[in-house]
Amino acid sequence: MQELDINGKIVHVDVDLDMPLLWVLRDILDMTGTKFGCGMALCGACTVHLDGQATRSCVLPVAGAVGHKITTIEAIGSSKLGQAVQTAWIAGDVPQCGYCQSGQIMSATSLLAKNPAPSDADIDAAMSGNICRCGIYSRIRAAIHDAAANARAES
Amino acid sequence: MNTCSELSRRAFLKRGAAAGGGLVLGFMLPHAVRSRALNTGPADASTPINAFVQIGNDGAVTLIMHKSEMGQGVYTGLAQLLAEELECDLKRVRIETAPVAAVYNNPFIPAQFTGGSMSISSSWQALRIAGATARTMLVSAAAERWQVGVDTCKAEQDMVYGPGGRKASYGQLAAAASLIAVPDPKTVRLKSSSEFVLIGKPIKRIEAHDKVNGSGQFGLDVRLPGMLRAMIARPPSLGSTPKSIDDSAARAVRGVITVVPISAGVAVVAKNTHAARKGRDALVIEWQGGPNPRLDTERLRAAYRDLSLTAAPLVARNDGDVAAGLRAGGKHLEALYEVPFLSHAPMEPLNCAAHWRKDRCDVWTGTQMQSPDQAAAAEVAGLPVAQVFIHTTLLGGGFGRRANPGSDFVREAVELSRKLVKPVQIVWTREDDMHGGWYRPQWADRLRATLGQGGKPHAWHHTIVGQSIMAGTIFEGMVKDGIDPTSVEGAADLPYGIANLRVDLHTTKAPVRVQWWRSVGHSHTAFAVECFIDECAAAAGADPVEYRRSLLGEKQARRRGVLDLLAEKSGWGQALPPGRARGIAVHESFGSVVGEVAEVSMQDGIPRVHRVVAVIDCGFAVNPQMIAAQVESAVTYGLSAALYGEITFDDGKPGQSNFDTYPVVRINEAPSVAVHIVPSEAPPTGVGEPGTPPIAPAVANAIFALTGKRVRRLPMVRGGQFTA
Repeated sequence: MQELDINGKIVHVDVDLDMPLLWVLRDILDMTGTKFGCGMALCGACTVHLDGQATRSCVLPVAGAVGHKITTIEAIGSSKLGQAVQTAWIAGDVPQCGYCQSGQIMSATSLLAKNPAPSDADIDAAMSGNICRCGIYSRIRAAIHDAAANARAES
Repeated sequence: MNTCSELSRRAFLKRGAAAGGGLVLGFMLPHAVRSRALNTGPADASTPINAFVQIGNDGAVTLIMHKSEMGQGVYTGLAQLLAEELECDLKRVRIETAPVAAVYNNPFIPAQFTGGSMSISSSWQALRIAGATARTMLVSAAAERWQVGVDTCKAEQDMVYGPGGRKASYGQLAAAASLIAVPDPKTVRLKSSSEFVLIGKPIKRIEAHDKVNGSGQFGLDVRLPGMLRAMIARPPSLGSTPKSIDDSAARAVRGVITVVPISAGVAVVAKNTHAARKGRDALVIEWQGGPNPRLDTERLRAAYRDLSLTAAPLVARNDGDVAAGLRAGGKHLEALYEVPFLSHAPMEPLNCAAHWRKDRCDVWTGTQMQSPDQAAAAEVAGLPVAQVFIHTTLLGGGFGRRANPGSDFVREAVELSRKLVKPVQIVWTREDDMHGGWYRPQWADRLRATLGQGGKPHAWHHTIVGQSIMAGTIFEGMVKDGIDPTSVEGAADLPYGIANLRVDLHTTKAPVRVQWWRSVGHSHTAFAVECFIDECAAAAGADPVEYRRSLLGEKQARRRGVLDLLAEKSGWGQALPPGRARGIAVHESFGSVVGEVAEVSMQDGIPRVHRVVAVIDCGFAVNPQMIAAQVESAVTYGLSAALYGEITFDDGKPGQSNFDTYPVVRINEAPSVAVHIVPSEAPPTGVGEPGTPPIAPAVANAIFALTGKRVRRLPMVRGGQFTA
């Protein structure tokens, strides 16, 4: 039995230690907001936060998540920064099919937590692990700048 | 485009007292009477259903959505069409995905599907009429209640207003309205474009909220009580079958329930996806046979090249005398363009959940092809189609892959559920998706031209070599005189005025399953045609824009309009920073003309696309915001293919398996895209696909302008090297 701290709640799961956190979330806890895209940390669709750090949950064995604070897309809106990102995303009409969006938003929020005023190069560095096949990259870039400006104005 | 006749009065079904009361307006759906069972099991057989519009007693407006949302914005666009005429608040429109029924068929092709960039054009009349008819009935109900003339009442913002300050909400009127005689759709007046308050406006995506908080339900998010997960060990090369299976280690994996051979391969059924994957990894299978286990890309390329030099038996267009024209004096040009097999690689790997029982079968998946999938599921389920229910989820990208002519992902889920008699969800890994076939065909296009007076071509011969997408599928009937129209589209309808013009085709057979990929045949013909016309312009010593314009006749007004606006918006002819150059391409597909100018440099020997300016003429722009987003998307999607996309075969096996070996454009290499829409009052035409075809030739032509090298084979970058 593993004890996990997910979105501020302690949950216990009885799974193999090598089960990636992604499948614990999706299949054991039915938290389907975190997506499966590649299974090899190549596309970023499965991104969650581990102690605030953007982490690919498809390659993180559950054993590696024990003892850390896990945040998923389902709870990112409860932080000010997460909310600012979601608001900017809607204002910029960023999503298309929407499948990669959980991962994009988790990566963007993690970036802004560390860097409240990222440059285009910072955005490239932080976001190039997240693939979008609908090709909405220009809007992602603009929304991150927008969220950053709004978050700075509020703080 | 037909107007009211599809919506014949007889087809309208008026029902009062729908579930919870209210007005249900729509069309008779005889096969779907018991289908309103989304996620909740069998529906009450007596529940009245089926409409494009439902208005509850609480005033809630529900749009029964017959198109699949895969990012193209169809939920928003169709809701705009409905709400405009219904006079309701767009924010209050709820979407419920439609069951399968003939009334939801595309009016141009008798099937219920989402594809061909036709959702808006095929719904443009139907949804507005559905809204207008419902509004008329609500107004009539109010007039009857108040005993006043219909002409004295007016609908506005979910309310009907009458004389003397009378007013009633749609919710209050819904039940009475459902008892009003349905007006003849032909008598219902539709707004003119000058009256539109929603149509033509840049309305934001109505389901965006669900897509930023993780609550949107994609196929892979379907959860059913007792649902098992399965992964399938699939043949390593097309058509091979297991000679022997040792599943002892797989069955020993914790969470694995059983191992079941099915048509698609060997299914490992487990309590969760991780166990299914581990179990599959533990299978020991010896595979045998297949039609061509030695399939090899280089050999296929050589065969296509050789074929392109021989007389093609299928003639798609033949104007004048091309042989004589090519023999005539003048500059002679010839070039071979090649494009590879491509995977669609939508972000959401393929998946399908099915629950077979002896008297019904439910299927949950993100599909573009509801009615063909229903027919296929019925066949596998051994049930009449009326007992098969397709529940459409959001699609994590489609690009054509989720419109599978063989209903591959649906069939296997139904087959497995029938064997298990349990609900089961089949999950494809990224590798399954990339190995699983149904690729954009590999093509070879040979172009020959002879330039006459003023450097204009007086003969043009285009020979196309590749597999037919439609032959041997349920779409076989669209193949005419042996010519699959999707093989020659964008070539046979060449817009340039050339007296001696021939387009012909070798339809090949190869042991590879092929399918439409965003923009279908245009994805190769635009590359060939728009690069070759650029070669002709260079040979004539002409400016690429001027040269194209000089070849466009009076009937090509739209294309000229796009070309001129594009030249203006892109700053064509103006200086660029050193090391950068522009390339242009203009192409018509799905009824729309799109032109793109790409600004390219070479960085570390690799093409880098900095900026793309696009102009689209898609008729009346129902939602300029969605149109811009789709063109941006199409440019990036097409650029991924142009730069990197390629599925190769060696010994019958695909050489790519995930995003490491099948790279796609990421944010650090994405160009900025500026989209300009040509104002138009013409009926709307396609938007989802037409932005894709021009980007590869625009980039290739820019590379020529920059380096003098012609890119005649895609992708441009292989193994990190520019390969022109």
